[in-house]
Amino acid sequence: MTLAQVLPLFGHFLLLSMLAIGGAIVVAPEMHRLMVGQMHLLTDAQFTSSIAIAQASPGPNVLFVAVLGYQAAGLPGAALTLAGIMLPSTMIAVAAARWADVHRDRLAIRAFKAGTAPITISLLAATGWILTAEHPTAPVIALTAAAALLAWRTRINVLWLIGIGGLLGAVGAV
Amino acid sequence: MSQPPDPRPSSPGDLFVTFTLLALQGFGGVLAVAQRELCERKRWLTHEQFVEVMSIAQVLPGPNVVNVSLMVGDRYFGWRGASAALAGMMTVPLVIVLGVAATYVHFAQVPMVAGALRGMGAVAGGLIIGTALRLAGALRGSPLGTWATLGLGATAFVAVALLRWPLVWVLLALGGLGMAVARHRIRHSGPTGGAAP
Repeated sequence: MTLAQVLPLFGHFLLLSMLAIGGAIVVAPEMHRLMVGQMHLLTDAQFTSSIAIAQASPGPNVLFVAVLGYQAAGLPGAALTLAGIMLPSTMIAVAAARWADVHRDRLAIRAFKAGTAPITISLLAATGWILTAEHPTAPVIALTAAAALLAWRTRINVLWLIGIGGLLGAVGAV
Repeated sequence: MSQPPDPRPSSPGDLFVTFTLLALQGFGGVLAVAQRELCERKRWLTHEQFVEVMSIAQVLPGPNVVNVSLMVGDRYFGWRGASAALAGMMTVPLVIVLGVAATYVHFAQVPMVAGALRGMGAVAGGLIIGTALRLAGALRGSPLGTWATLGLGATAFVAVALLRWPLVWVLLALGGLGMAVARHRIRHSGPTGGAAP
């Protein structure tokens, strides 16, 4: 695959970036439609493995977008898709944060922060729940509950917990 | 708990290093680690401030944790800080993920690798739930009051985690309702904001 073939993707990704409320994963179905269905840049398996690779690696999950570009057109492809998905949302985030900070004493901003705080925290819990529900076996649920308890109540380094989880999985205990 | 913490990043370089280190600890999501590093270890943000930043980050396009890094960086050093935090969050993890992508084909079918990923995924889910429980303490004293807080939180969880409704609609409907209740309560409790009943 050459860069010229993936170049039209850049414009699409700029647009998708502005629609990705809740993260890039929200617009993954549209990326799938474009890259696998319409442009034939990737196979279905390559697309799915890109998400798995990003989840198994450290760092933000949005990096799956770079893996998509990499699998389609190497390093230039990765630069293209990642820049496309990041540029607009980055500009918007900084501008919106500044606006909210300037107007932080306005009733609407105070009401927004207070009114959405419980939802913000619940959505975090929901994300954790959904990750666990992918493999809802008793050992997985027990491991998740133990990790939740330790993360909540102690200051144990998360790398230990991740390492223990990986080890238990590798030996087939979960 | 609600007074602002004194410590702050010393330079954009400090932001870059801090966000690189926290991104490298984040397997299956960085938010849990970001909360621990920024609130408990560095003390740049209180729990309340972290929830506020998250609330804004999640209604904006883009990955929540990336938006959090931009907003924290921008708060201290403007565009230079935002760029430094973003670069820290992305650069080294990008190199690693592309390295993994280049070698993945050789390991994808090994059962031990698949098992390890499953175990790490379960822990990642638990870490996020634990972070939510930790942050729930920041809701004490919210102008919403106890019942509205519990009601909104429980409904959001059921809608997204159990019913799997689209996030955007849940945010619009419940967020709008929460804002209306909070607006009403703040108005009727004076300029300092109300306490929980």
